[in-house]
Amino acid sequence: MTQATSGNAVIEVENLVVGYGDRTVLNGITLSVDSGEIRVIMGGSGSGKTTLLRSLLGLKEIASGSIHLLGKKFHYGYPKHMSEVRRQMGVAFQGGALFGSMTVGENIRLPLREHTRLDENTMRIMTRIKLELVNLAGFEDLMPSELSGGMVKRAALARSIILDPKLLFFDEPSAGLDPVTSAELDELILRVRGATRTTIVVVTHELDSALKIADRITVLGKGEVLMTGTVEEIRNSDDSRIQDMLHRRPREEDQDPEDYLRRLTAKRH
Amino acid sequence: MESQTHKEGSYTILRLSGEIDFHVSPKVREAVLAGLDEGQNLLVDLSGVSYIDSSGIASLVEGYQHAKGKSLSFALLGVRDGVMSVLKLTRLDKVFPMFDSVEAATAANK
Repeated sequence: MTQATSGNAVIEVENLVVGYGDRTVLNGITLSVDSGEIRVIMGGSGSGKTTLLRSLLGLKEIASGSIHLLGKKFHYGYPKHMSEVRRQMGVAFQGGALFGSMTVGENIRLPLREHTRLDENTMRIMTRIKLELVNLAGFEDLMPSELSGGMVKRAALARSIILDPKLLFFDEPSAGLDPVTSAELDELILRVRGATRTTIVVVTHELDSALKIADRITVLGKGEVLMTGTVEEIRNSDDSRIQDMLHRRPREEDQDPEDYLRRLTAKRH
Repeated sequence: MESQTHKEGSYTILRLSGEIDFHVSPKVREAVLAGLDEGQNLLVDLSGVSYIDSSGIASLVEGYQHAKGKSLSFALLGVRDGVMSVLKLTRLDKVFPMFDSVEAATAANK
């Protein structure tokens, strides 16, 4: 397992514990992501991968442990001193999270307006460069509702990289896409990293995509890191939970009959 | 980032060095457009530039378009690998004229 000690790490998470109410969702996560790496975070439903992403983005308060992003200790809710770190981070959300009342171009320009005072011409050309990059040239003046699901994701990617972030988070890039569009998005992620050395964290449950783009994969299960390793190491793991995931076998969970009965009959959880 | 300009005949040579990000790209834009507004052909020497972000690239794109509008020549000189990979990502390596030296650029324009 990777320890958060590398001097080259842009994300360092140590003993992260996060919960919702009494329920602990992340139970002591430790991981580090190196500069320029594509790290895929995998796991099934309930593994805690979405909660981990939300914690890294400052959308979920942590119970204990620590998160360092780009060398700065992270605090929930982005206090002012985190704004420089925030500017260097891009996020492409699963659903796109584009504003429906703005054109595609205005959506993509939004971080430029928020964080820079660049000339309008510069902003327009930057927007078009990113649209070209994601194969959406000519769609600048459309509204998000006029785009297909794959186009919305590409527009969201364009917005997430408009400020040339050092750190890019991608939430379920393949979800809801056909295989060809999904493969194109994988290619795009690889190209962006190749040219800009952006560190990219992809949260996904899509195995094919993970195996194609990852430098290393962190597999979560029930709120813990089951394994972090290269694609090859993951493939060769003898951990049955990892092999179940690789072969898409349904989980055969150990069933404690008494515990099961108690869960079904307890007055309160 | 540092910038220096000097003239050689009908050419202005704008030499940039260091890192070009959105903090300094407005200055790059200004310098590029100022050179062209004097009616001079412009060569932008990027041999000292280790990093350029997309706001810097956008400033060069605007400059090139401006030059074309004035029928002036515009080229990039000494583009290093890091900058080239960004140009390639956006397929702008096929757009900008690029040369290794002032001599090569001026000879190509004769």
